[in-house]
Amino acid sequence: MALPTYASPLERAWHYAYLAICVLVFVFLIAPILVIVPLSFNAEPYFTYTEKMLSFDPEGYSLRWYDSLLTSGMQAAEALRDGAWWSDLWHNADWVKAAKNSVIIGFWATILSTVLGTLAALGLARPEMPWRRTIMAILISPMIVPIIIVATGMFFFYSNPCAIVGMECGRLTSTYTGVILAHAALGIPFVIITVTATMSGFDQSLIRASASLGANPRRTFFKVVMPLILPGVISGGLFAFVTSFDEVVAVLFIAGPDQQTIPRQMWSGIREQISPAILAVATILVIISIALLTTVEILRRRSERLRGVAAH
Amino acid sequence: MSDVASQLTTADGRPLKAALASAQARAKRRAFFLVLPLLLFILISFAVPIGQMLQRSVYNDQFSKSVPALSQWFAENPKGTAPDEAAFAALASDLVLMKETRAAGDAGTRINYVVSGTRSMFTKAARGADKLEPPFMEAMLELDEDWDNPLVWNAMRSAASPWTFDFYTIAFDLERDADGKLTKVDETQRIYFRLFIKTFLIAGVITAICLVLAFPIAHLLATLPMAKANLLMILVLLPFWTSLLVRTTSWIVLLQGQGVVNDILVALGIIGDDGRLQMIYNQTGTIIAMVHILLPFMVLPLYSVMRVIPVSYTRAARSLGATSWTTFRRIYLPQTIPGIGAGVLLVFILAVGYYITPALVGGADGQLFSNMVQFHMTKANWSMAAALATMLLVGVLVLYWLYDRLIGIDKLKLG
Repeated sequence: MALPTYASPLERAWHYAYLAICVLVFVFLIAPILVIVPLSFNAEPYFTYTEKMLSFDPEGYSLRWYDSLLTSGMQAAEALRDGAWWSDLWHNADWVKAAKNSVIIGFWATILSTVLGTLAALGLARPEMPWRRTIMAILISPMIVPIIIVATGMFFFYSNPCAIVGMECGRLTSTYTGVILAHAALGIPFVIITVTATMSGFDQSLIRASASLGANPRRTFFKVVMPLILPGVISGGLFAFVTSFDEVVAVLFIAGPDQQTIPRQMWSGIREQISPAILAVATILVIISIALLTTVEILRRRSERLRGVAAH
Repeated sequence: MSDVASQLTTADGRPLKAALASAQARAKRRAFFLVLPLLLFILISFAVPIGQMLQRSVYNDQFSKSVPALSQWFAENPKGTAPDEAAFAALASDLVLMKETRAAGDAGTRINYVVSGTRSMFTKAARGADKLEPPFMEAMLELDEDWDNPLVWNAMRSAASPWTFDFYTIAFDLERDADGKLTKVDETQRIYFRLFIKTFLIAGVITAICLVLAFPIAHLLATLPMAKANLLMILVLLPFWTSLLVRTTSWIVLLQGQGVVNDILVALGIIGDDGRLQMIYNQTGTIIAMVHILLPFMVLPLYSVMRVIPVSYTRAARSLGATSWTTFRRIYLPQTIPGIGAGVLLVFILAVGYYITPALVGGADGQLFSNMVQFHMTKANWSMAAALATMLLVGVLVLYWLYDRLIGIDKLKLG
């Protein structure tokens, strides 16, 4: 936004003040995320920059927190780092276990919510869909309803899911299935929002064109619809995955000791003994989110190009 | 005209009108069947659990299931009857039952919600219940003189039925006096409804700060050329994609007593080393961290509205002699209202139900209503937690309905 040539001195001053305000807000947004990255390499157990760090003395930096991150929970952390050590790490280290759980739960929750969500978005995009608004409101509600209410409700329900039909049939709490179902429900609004946004630019006459050329509905779906909406579906899936990957309250209520995820470990780390090891995890997660953001942005541009929406 | 229309037929001889109607019904069914699996999934795994939990706010059989004799006495004697010997006999026989089933603690807890300090009366009485001799009235009063307190008897009458509104009475900071009239509880004991109001106030403050911070950067992003705007947009989207726990952790690191911000302020000489600011583990910490977390939800709707406001309008206003302030106030601002509405409502809805951040950085005075629900959950006060959860849910759903009414839920966009 350039300053017009006819601007008065007051307007000029305001313009620069406005730019300064914008810079400050951007700093507020991004600084907290970047500040912790160097701190995770702190050689001292402090949460602030030491003098050695500020003077870029290599002694001020170390990988000790990453090391303690990996080795906590191992049976023989001090042993020689050979094949047995790595196998110990893979099977016993707390954070590795948590990462495995996060990926397993995230993966299945994403599959479930993306498949169901995409089907529903296809239906919602059809002009003849009945009660669209009400159904849409119900499907988006997991994003709106406070998480504590969702988690407590699921805690009771999953302790004995068949109670609603007056039967007894085991429990879903402390199982992977329970956590996956909960996370899938929480991820669905994001899939619906992203995929319906893609569908809104989708030309429905392409389906009719395909049918008139002799393709059956299945062929039309896989050859015409799917390639066009795929970028939207993948971003929706990534949103769902991030939702699951970052979710802690439902895990607190539903998961047992075997289903501890990364956020759950962080949660107890922050509440109990906050150490710079948490910052090491945080740094890794920031790198993951940068990768995800890049993917989603690339997909969004690709989708806009595919659908012929001019970049605005 | 209508005659002609009814005479039109399809190739196989069916009336055109009927054929069209059936084709449309089929298309409707097809669309609906695509949505059905997800709808069922959400209803079963999401809506039913919540409904089931909310039922606990009006259903509690902790007391009623252990007092068959007393329930009968209540049924035979209308409300307001002073407890007589028969009533105490019924109570004594129920206490014997409670001793056998070890339910006295549970039953006492239920009465304790309404009249505090009564739980021990039940456990004490149940312990010696089988040694109680008639006349029961004197025997019970000997144990504790509060046994003829009308408040306790009113509470027992109400708790003798599993269906109750007692928990809502408590949640609204009300109590029943001896005549059964609702009155406000003591100033010092008004916890729940006060926190409910406070939660909405804090959410309002957070929303206002978000709006003030988001407006200039959304405007900047909307007016910059696309390439530059996309680059700057990353600064908004990266926090959006970063884990909530990571962002909360960074604020702990930045704001704590020995943290980065305090260190910088000390180094600059703005505050002394002994005057380090307490910015985390209190209400300030909750507000700062939540503003940071919710800011992208304000920027994105504002940006998408500002992006399509034509520049020519403001130019026209300027050329017609308006000052830049008038142009902003009368021309630009009114056009951003839809974006402001969408952002404000979304941020407010999300802030009201927030749990994680207040729990981690809120300390004592930065807790929100969700944290109170969780507190009662961990204490196994299911009904109380459910009543509070219902209050919160109703508040949020009203806002959600408003959002759908004013903005339309299908307009919600992410990134």
